[in-house]
Amino acid sequence: MSVSEAEIALILNGDATTLPEGATVADALRAEGLDPNDARGIAVAVNAEVIRKEAWTTTALDAGDDVEIVTASQGG
Amino acid sequence: MAARSASATATRKPASDAPEAPEPLVIGDLTLSSRVLLGTSGYPNPQVMLDAMEASGTELVTVAIRRVNVRDASEESLLGLLQQQGYQLLPNTAGCYTAREAVLVAQLAREALGTDYIKLEVIGDDETLIPDVEQLLKAAKTLVDDGFQVLAYANDDPITCQKLAGMGCAAVMPLGSPIGSGMGLVNPYNLRLIRELVPDTPLLVDAGIGTASDAALAMELGYDGILLNTAVSKAKHPVAMARAIRHAVQAGRLAHAAGRIPRRLYADASSPATGRVGTRSP
Repeated sequence: MSVSEAEIALILNGDATTLPEGATVADALRAEGLDPNDARGIAVAVNAEVIRKEAWTTTALDAGDDVEIVTASQGG
Repeated sequence: MAARSASATATRKPASDAPEAPEPLVIGDLTLSSRVLLGTSGYPNPQVMLDAMEASGTELVTVAIRRVNVRDASEESLLGLLQQQGYQLLPNTAGCYTAREAVLVAQLAREALGTDYIKLEVIGDDETLIPDVEQLLKAAKTLVDDGFQVLAYANDDPITCQKLAGMGCAAVMPLGSPIGSGMGLVNPYNLRLIRELVPDTPLLVDAGIGTASDAALAMELGYDGILLNTAVSKAKHPVAMARAIRHAVQAGRLAHAAGRIPRRLYADASSPATGRVGTRSP
């Protein structure tokens, strides 16, 4: 996969993807079709560390980061 | 006849010795009037799920934590539906094999749902879904130290359950039999030992309940409640089964408090042996 200099390659919910350089956690949420300002019931981990909601817009992502965006689902 | 029995009921004094008053189930800071914890998975449709929840009387329902899927709108509506109806959510760590995974999922659940309560599930393999004791104890310790209210899904091993209670889990939940098996309480002897070894921490039977009598038996063994999902969601009539479970839990708890008679091998006639028709005085 060729990556232009202005983009970073990372893993988003298990899928390889690219985001613009300087992208934040909030941008990753948008890439998943979510509104970071109205993300009730959503949580994010980057490289197995939880990123609090307050830090979504200020936490920049690096190339190779593993981003997990989760919510509550049916379960027992 | 109907009017007469109604008035007889109205004038009858309440039995003072019967432990009838429903005592709430207290888990950490949570006070629940229902002793049924119900899962949210596998119902024919959301309306049946909601109806079953209402019929069961539950106040605390379990949810899993999974990757968002924006193509599936049911996730958002599930959360909305449950919270709209006033149910408290108990997130689980289902599908985790290691303490590390389970701790991360618990932390994500706390962030997503704003609750310190977690149903800790750390399984050992896919076929039995039986907990991996080593990883379970490790995860429980980490989460308790991190301020979580841990409801630990555990093996029906008295020593493991005693350790989980000892390290400060809010509740310990040994399995009746493997998750979704509907095999009931396959080792009631162990479950009873667990109750005796863990007298002061809430104990719930989690997993394996197949029908109402299993729930009643758990309560008769002195358990504080039950957690179930498949027995209700996959019943032919989930709402009716939910109602049956509710009554079974109440009946089982009453029976436990009432104190069963000892078992005996031979009969002991209820009716008087004296004055039988056709007998002669010696």
